[in-house]
Amino acid sequence: MNTTAQRYSRFAMLLHWVLALAIIGSFSMGVYMSDLPFSPQRLKLYNWHKWAGVTILALSALRLLWRLTHKPPADIPMPGWQRSAAHATHMLLYVLFFAVPLVGWAYSSAAGFPIVWFGVLPLPSFVPADKELAEAIKPWHGYLAFAMAALVLMHVAAALKHQLIDRDGLLSRMWPTGR
Amino acid sequence: MKTYLVVAALAAMSATAFPACAQQKLVPAQSEIAFSSKQMGVPVDGKFKKFDAQVAFDPKKPEASKIAFTIDLASVSIGSSETEAEVAKPDWFNTKSFPQATFQSSGVKATGPGKFEVAGTLAIKGASQNVVVPVTVAQAGGTTTATGAFGIKRLDFKIGDGDWKDTSMVANEVQVKFKLNLTGVPAL
Repeated sequence: MNTTAQRYSRFAMLLHWVLALAIIGSFSMGVYMSDLPFSPQRLKLYNWHKWAGVTILALSALRLLWRLTHKPPADIPMPGWQRSAAHATHMLLYVLFFAVPLVGWAYSSAAGFPIVWFGVLPLPSFVPADKELAEAIKPWHGYLAFAMAALVLMHVAAALKHQLIDRDGLLSRMWPTGR
Repeated sequence: MKTYLVVAALAAMSATAFPACAQQKLVPAQSEIAFSSKQMGVPVDGKFKKFDAQVAFDPKKPEASKIAFTIDLASVSIGSSETEAEVAKPDWFNTKSFPQATFQSSGVKATGPGKFEVAGTLAIKGASQNVVVPVTVAQAGGTTTATGAFGIKRLDFKIGDGDWKDTSMVANEVQVKFKLNLTGVPAL
């Protein structure tokens, strides 16, 4: 067994860390901007948040495709419940990588503000512009985003537990400068 | 008897001089005044629900026509209620101090069959600008439909002042589109 087979591929690592930064950034921006009074600053942040969300959606699609076509490293030895919890968390995270941006996109469309990606590429609206629909969708974007935040915290806590308590080298599978 | 004839003659003359002026009426329910702009590339559409017009338009003598409009700026409908509350503020329409926008024609000329050019003064929020509006006129069963579009620059009228002057956020160009149904207009 050589070391590379025990680690994720370079490209998988790149996607993982780029998406980690994009998602944490986008989430923080979302929490911050929703309380701002109506201002150019707020509109700017909303647009950046939407652009980031669509970028996350596109990169997640690429990542899912890569994950389905490339075998990840084998699980390292751990209790069965931990392995199941890890797999369930990863699967739910993947679901949310798609659900959170898609619901946000639907909200923007329903609110009558189609998304123009980076101010250049107009994206189609897949739900009609409808105030009531927009109000119905709006909270779900938040619920799902906070659910994702909770899962991310679990994911990070588990990784730290493996690194600092179990000392089983699990983190090096995804750490670019690792062995 | 003589007086009667003079009055009749005068009445006949005035009827030919100002054909059907008094009867020309806007049908607001079948008319629309809308506008669109861009906010960081995103099209933002709005329309006004309340407006009125005084029209004396003779397609055969366009030079003699007079067209005046008043638009109730507080009747704006633009996406979310949050946006509507915002545009009423002093930085935008300032509807408290300037409740109405007006248009007063200064000249109308024909440019082709059913096509006219209406020049006039558009006044919004205390600022006036000369505009030339291309209008297409079509008639069907006693109803005359005038459609057209023209561009204005919002900053010419200080619409979106203060922090909102930044045209990379909200474009300076605003496209105004209208469809007006009128009754009583003489035949083309």
